Amino acid sequence: MSASLEIQLIAVVVAAACALPGVFLVLRSMSMLADAISHTVLLGIVLAFFVVQDLQSPWLLLGAAAVGVLTVSLVELLNRTQLVKQDAAIGLVFPALFSLAVILISRFARGVHLDVDAVLLGELAFAPFDRISLFGLDLPHALVTMSAVLLLNGGLIALFYKELKLSTFDAGLAATLGFAPALLHYGLMTLVSITAVGAFDAVGAILVVALMVTPAAAAYLLTDDLRRMLLVSVAIAVASAIGGYWLARLLNANIAGAMATVTGIFFVVVFLLAPQRGMLAIANRRRRQRMEFAQSMLAIHLLHHTGRPESVEESRVEHLAQHIRWQPAFAGRVVRYAERKGVVANENGLLRLTEQGRLVAQEAMMN
Amino acid sequence: MDLMQILHGLLFDYTLRTVALGTAVLGLVSGALGAFALLRRQSLIGDAISHAALPGVVLAFMLTGVKGPLVLMAGAALAGVAGVLLVIAITRNTRIKQDAALGIILSVFFGFGLMLLTFLQRDPDARQAGLNHFLFGQAATLLEGDVLVMTLFGGIALGLLLLFWKELKLLAFDRDFGASLGFSMQALEVLITLLLVIAIVIGLQAVGVVLMSAMIVAPAAAARQWTDHLGWMVALSGLFGAAAGVAGTAISSLAGGLSTGPVIVLCISAIAAFSLLLAPNRGLFWAWQRRRRQREVFA
Repeated sequence: MSASLEIQLIAVVVAAACALPGVFLVLRSMSMLADAISHTVLLGIVLAFFVVQDLQSPWLLLGAAAVGVLTVSLVELLNRTQLVKQDAAIGLVFPALFSLAVILISRFARGVHLDVDAVLLGELAFAPFDRISLFGLDLPHALVTMSAVLLLNGGLIALFYKELKLSTFDAGLAATLGFAPALLHYGLMTLVSITAVGAFDAVGAILVVALMVTPAAAAYLLTDDLRRMLLVSVAIAVASAIGGYWLARLLNANIAGAMATVTGIFFVVVFLLAPQRGMLAIANRRRRQRMEFAQSMLAIHLLHHTGRPESVEESRVEHLAQHIRWQPAFAGRVVRYAERKGVVANENGLLRLTEQGRLVAQEAMMN
Repeated sequence: MDLMQILHGLLFDYTLRTVALGTAVLGLVSGALGAFALLRRQSLIGDAISHAALPGVVLAFMLTGVKGPLVLMAGAALAGVAGVLLVIAITRNTRIKQDAALGIILSVFFGFGLMLLTFLQRDPDARQAGLNHFLFGQAATLLEGDVLVMTLFGGIALGLLLLFWKELKLLAFDRDFGASLGFSMQALEVLITLLLVIAIVIGLQAVGVVLMSAMIVAPAAAARQWTDHLGWMVALSGLFGAAAGVAGTAISSLAGGLSTGPVIVLCISAIAAFSLLLAPNRGLFWAWQRRRRQREVFA
């Protein structure tokens, strides 16, 4: 395999592994908790490293997962004292643990390949140099680790799909049915921690958050179905991984940064253009509602004056501006809209209510 | 080195004095404004602003070619404001909650900034060491000019805070009442967010993007435990922030090789932990004692 292909493969696996738990983070409003974890796992790595003195050891993953759970417990502990709110609790815990980790590294782990820049920012371009042989195959270390994490995430989410779904959408019911929401909560957070550690080598702590939250949030705007949301979010993450790789290559820039940028581009596109929840759709809906309302007003107005002596005067298009207090331009738009819908007929500048228009007016007045 | 020597150094050593002054100003301003963020349950918006500032810093340099603090800070502020506006746009118009919106903005902006930064750095002529400081901060490299700029903008932010004190107090505690009095609460929200952006931007150079949010949350959370009075809380919060800045500078200068930013954050975290445990009335320790006494009385 060429290095370019290997990097893309790693990027794809990392992206998919992050996107799966990300869906639940977004749905359960725990995105910032994941941000906190992605920083504090560094402390776990450092502490485990002091014990085993080996950067490749699987104990590092365990240490990181433990600190991830510690972070969540500390936040919850602080939250439960009711002295500070949850957001402040997160803001208190993670900088403290992260600073501790940075100081420990700069104080005691100098010269080791464990520098803070790499942890935070990641450098995917170097991933193929770090190799491991597995079943006689010579593979990049990051690819093996992240494939394992992806399998773990996918497997556990498939296994506990029902439980996760119920506790996400109806925590109360899940608790009554005996699903132990706390256990699921901590289990999910452990998964997030393991994913963050596995991915930090490749994409860095902050961009783990980009891959977890952004595709899931975009998917959330596209579908109401949890299964589909998982699929869409993985698809967006994978597309961002590949797009990010090529963007980074084009600019000769950091791959993880480019991947995050592409997730952002995807999100903006979805945010603007999503079929029902996008900004464009919302604006269209609002305009249509305004037109519908104005059309009803127009129909009522015409009905009101039908058969009266003043009806000729009142049915003039120019008169509407004065009578219903519409701007002339808006009145013109409403008339054209109503004509298109067959509610009024325009006869040489005089408006006549059609049969359908009569119905519209009557219905509007009934409501 | 004993205490006297540290004091002597803080007062008479030029570099140390400059750094201590800078971090004190930063602590004061971010502490005072953080109090409002905490009360409005917007503690984490600081995290988003500081991360979002990174592409602003890099773009400002790319567009102007100037590395002066004013230009970079203007870029950071603009990007920070853009980030906040996007968070608001996302939460107002979609069903995405604030935490996810914050996560999106902070990570995507940061990733974009990182991409631009590495794009710049491949050019050997423009190896911009100065820009790197914005990641973790480099308090030790603060110059008198930087501190002057920080003081000027921090002073403006605090001045505006005092000027609109009554209105901002209403915003923090009873938004609807304020609106019914005819104050534009939206304008005030914009104002307090802008002030927060100023506080964060002047801190970036010293503490860095990653840890800046601690300077917003921790002093305020500590101060909240000591008092129920807004004026005292803001003053205490500023004081805690400034004290942590000076103490962090002194400690990191003692133990050579420690970067100042993380040490300052640990100092302010220690103050927060102490306050949460031992502040009169609200402290956890006293609450625990109260409960024990009640149990004894009852038994």
